[in-house]
Amino acid sequence: MNQWKNFSKGLIKENAVLALFLGLCPTLGVTTSAVNGLGMGLATTFVLVMSNLVVSLVKNQIPDKVRIPAFIVIIATFVTVVELVMKAYVPSLFDALGLFIPLIVVNCVVLGRAEAFASKNNVFSSIIDGLGMGIGFALALTVLGGVREILGSGSIFGLSFIKGDGMLLFILPPGAFIALGYLIVLANKLKEKTA
Amino acid sequence: MEYVIIIISAVFVSNIVLNQFLGICPFIGVSNKVETALGMTGAVTFVMVISTIVTYLIFQYVLVPMDIVYLRTITFILVIAALVQLVEIILKKISPPLYQALGIFLPLITTNCAVLGVAVLAVQKDFTLMGSVVFAIGNAVGFGLALVTFAGIREQLDMMNVPKGMKGVPIAFIVAGLMALAFMGFAGIV
Repeated sequence: MNQWKNFSKGLIKENAVLALFLGLCPTLGVTTSAVNGLGMGLATTFVLVMSNLVVSLVKNQIPDKVRIPAFIVIIATFVTVVELVMKAYVPSLFDALGLFIPLIVVNCVVLGRAEAFASKNNVFSSIIDGLGMGIGFALALTVLGGVREILGSGSIFGLSFIKGDGMLLFILPPGAFIALGYLIVLANKLKEKTA
Repeated sequence: MEYVIIIISAVFVSNIVLNQFLGICPFIGVSNKVETALGMTGAVTFVMVISTIVTYLIFQYVLVPMDIVYLRTITFILVIAALVQLVEIILKKISPPLYQALGIFLPLITTNCAVLGVAVLAVQKDFTLMGSVVFAIGNAVGFGLALVTFAGIREQLDMMNVPKGMKGVPIAFIVAGLMALAFMGFAGIV
């Protein structure tokens, strides 16, 4: 029951993007389509789970003073793993996400969970927490990517349903800001109803 | 001439915040007042320029010759983290007033993706050392321009009658969207 709570809090209530406003750079940068959002979300989920796992394993060995640099090295290791794997197996996604893959290192969500959760809890809870937060992040990115793709190019997951162009604005940078703004309004409304 | 083009394209055409989506966290987080926005800009400029020079040198003279380019991400983030610490210590010693002004912003910069982003972009774009420095300065100015303008708008926005659900962060995003729209007007000039 308790584990379910650890898992589900990341989905809506403490959703990294929509409630805590963490990790906004990749959120805005890669969500030109639902597939890109999902890819970025899954890559971040992997890094989150693995870094939470390792941090909770070594938390007692790391002196308090060098804790943050140590966490960053752990995170950077897994980011490099993701980078190399993506380059080898999904080169088209690797090109689409571009600069934002190495930038997972400085995604505040990952370091935030390592510091706030994994450094204080046991291994199993940390994995569950990483999974919940990661899936919540992936969900927000996929929805935002989906909205932008539907409005901007009239397709969803690459399946086109209109002829010609959509509202190009939503694929371009300004559309990212505006779409995310309205998505946050919607998330606030949802939270109000459930609370 | 080449440097002028680098600067104009970094400041206006592909503005780091409004077009590249780097450094969004401080852009939303510390843009409530023009004064704090200026402080943040100062700290970012400082760290961005120094870290770009150092990471450029390490990349060209250590990582490339030793054929360990895949360690780029780890190396860069460690260099930046160490540099931020170093800058903090040095500033505290030689210029206490500047330290007072920038103090609280410095630790935040380690996780500012604009700094790592510019360092990575500078080596990806194959600039010379001088080109990288100019590129870093241009991006820092672009960051400052977006941040300070945005802070000015938000100060005014506080006094406006915004619909309840839109207050705070949502309206800030929509304002940022409109600003990005305005910056797209620069697209043709380079």
